[in-house]
Amino acid sequence: MRDIFVKTLIDIARSDENVHLLTGDLGFGVLKPYWEELPDQFTNVGIAEQNMTGIAAGMALSGKVVYTYSIGNFPTLRCLEQIRNDCAYHDANVKIVCVGGGFVYGALGMSHHATEDIAIMRALPGVVVIAPGDLTEAEAATKAIYKQQGVCYLRLGRGGEQRIHSEAPDFQIGRAIKIKNGLKVVIFSTGGIFDEAIEACNILKKSNIDPGLYTFPTIKPIDKQTIIECMNSYDYIVTLEEHNYIGGFGGAVSEIISEVKNRNCVQIRIGIEDIYSSIVGDQKYLRDVYGLSSSKIANRILSKIASDC
Amino acid sequence: MNSEELAWKIRRHAIEMTHLSKGSHIGSILSVADIIAILYADVLHIDPQNAQMEDRDRIILSKGHAGAAIYAALAEKGFFPISELSTHYSNGSRLSGHVSHKGVPGVEFSTGSLGHGLPVATGMAYAAKLQHKKHHIYVVIGDGELNEGSNWEAMMFAHHFKLDNLTVIIDYNKMQSLTFCEETISLKFLDEKIRSFGFNIIDIDGHNHDELRKSFKTSFDNKSPTCIIANTIKGEGIPFMENNILWHYRSPQGEEYIAAVSELEKIKR
Repeated sequence: MRDIFVKTLIDIARSDENVHLLTGDLGFGVLKPYWEELPDQFTNVGIAEQNMTGIAAGMALSGKVVYTYSIGNFPTLRCLEQIRNDCAYHDANVKIVCVGGGFVYGALGMSHHATEDIAIMRALPGVVVIAPGDLTEAEAATKAIYKQQGVCYLRLGRGGEQRIHSEAPDFQIGRAIKIKNGLKVVIFSTGGIFDEAIEACNILKKSNIDPGLYTFPTIKPIDKQTIIECMNSYDYIVTLEEHNYIGGFGGAVSEIISEVKNRNCVQIRIGIEDIYSSIVGDQKYLRDVYGLSSSKIANRILSKIASDC
Repeated sequence: MNSEELAWKIRRHAIEMTHLSKGSHIGSILSVADIIAILYADVLHIDPQNAQMEDRDRIILSKGHAGAAIYAALAEKGFFPISELSTHYSNGSRLSGHVSHKGVPGVEFSTGSLGHGLPVATGMAYAAKLQHKKHHIYVVIGDGELNEGSNWEAMMFAHHFKLDNLTVIIDYNKMQSLTFCEETISLKFLDEKIRSFGFNIIDIDGHNHDELRKSFKTSFDNKSPTCIIANTIKGEGIPFMENNILWHYRSPQGEEYIAAVSELEKIKR
């Protein structure tokens, strides 16, 4: 995902000299094509995320479109108040890019697990929050946030993600993307865990459950219309995120569901169950440990349905 | 209006504003009043009729708690009506306790949480360099504020990228929130600290207008940012407030208010 982001950003920056990329001393091998081609539109600010974000605000308020780039929690939690006060309150045109949403940097340890970022960024007024599900969405999201005035948070995977959409979807900020219709159960997925959602659907089919499936590359603003439509069509809405199950994508969907009268639909919120990981393992391994692998997603849905019968 | 008159008016407005609002930070406002007055009277290239003028100089008051000084200067310069100053802190006002730009012509940047202004000013200076623009960026920070590490991050950046269009003014009144800086986190060797970060240093009496004026006119040809260490007195101009931490918080009321006004009348030129 990070490579498609950089490739797309190079295309954008070529045609707009006001685009400027700041990194907090990360992106070795990833950002190289950018800094080689566009050295005047690139700055390594050093290992100083508070300063990077303050500088981004100052540059944006001087007419630049500024991207801040780092990994894990460094571009968000480390400099949260700079995002809030300096960028968001001032409507500064700053795009915050995180590589490594969820357990991407699994074996590096909890410091590198971005597992509360969606909740925290979503709580900031004026901040658009986007977590693409595959390479196609990542490319479209990179283009979309450039056109979106103001602060956007782009939460990316790392490398190796698949291109799941067979064709370019109609990508709009604030709109979910329907992958397929289903019966009884619909899965809403955000971010890189999309691949587990697809596989979970295949597993569920063997148990005669054919879920609908949507990706939600935008978490804020949330696609209220799609949620309400699905509430009328399905018994279960499953929200899936590689993130704490409190306050993030599932929380955003819950906020919509809770305000609808006479609902016959319940939500199954799947995410990390409010803990930090101290277990060593790669992304796939940790997903399984914390109930986010395709088989555990499928089992969770099946057991919920069984317990309701 | 010359800088001495403007400084006196900032002090007089600030006493009135903190009296009416029962607001805090009068000691800090009196400390920074001369610095702000010189900037608005003699230094800044700004236009009250065109607050967003592209080639304007930028000024950020990073010690946002002294925002009343900026509001008073802007009102006196004609950015908005002087009568509005009396709404400071009050319900529905646009003049918040810590300086805010929302709806207030002339305020470049909102602050209040310390350690934010210098990085943002650095970003503005960096952008101006990239855009080959000639305007200058000034940022006024407090001494206690230097406890925040973000300032030092920005100083390293400003030196590295040769931002000679950036001037930092430290309102060095030697006091912070609870007591003297020296008893909190020592700022001993402040000039050497900042010089070692690659800044030109000008060390002056921050209440002496001639010294202030001269320091803003001083130019260096070494492509380095400049830091003016303005030695000031918290509460300057009202003797019973000077160097008294109480007046970081206390609002002038009753006899204290009358005495404060009377002290200011004594120094009116």
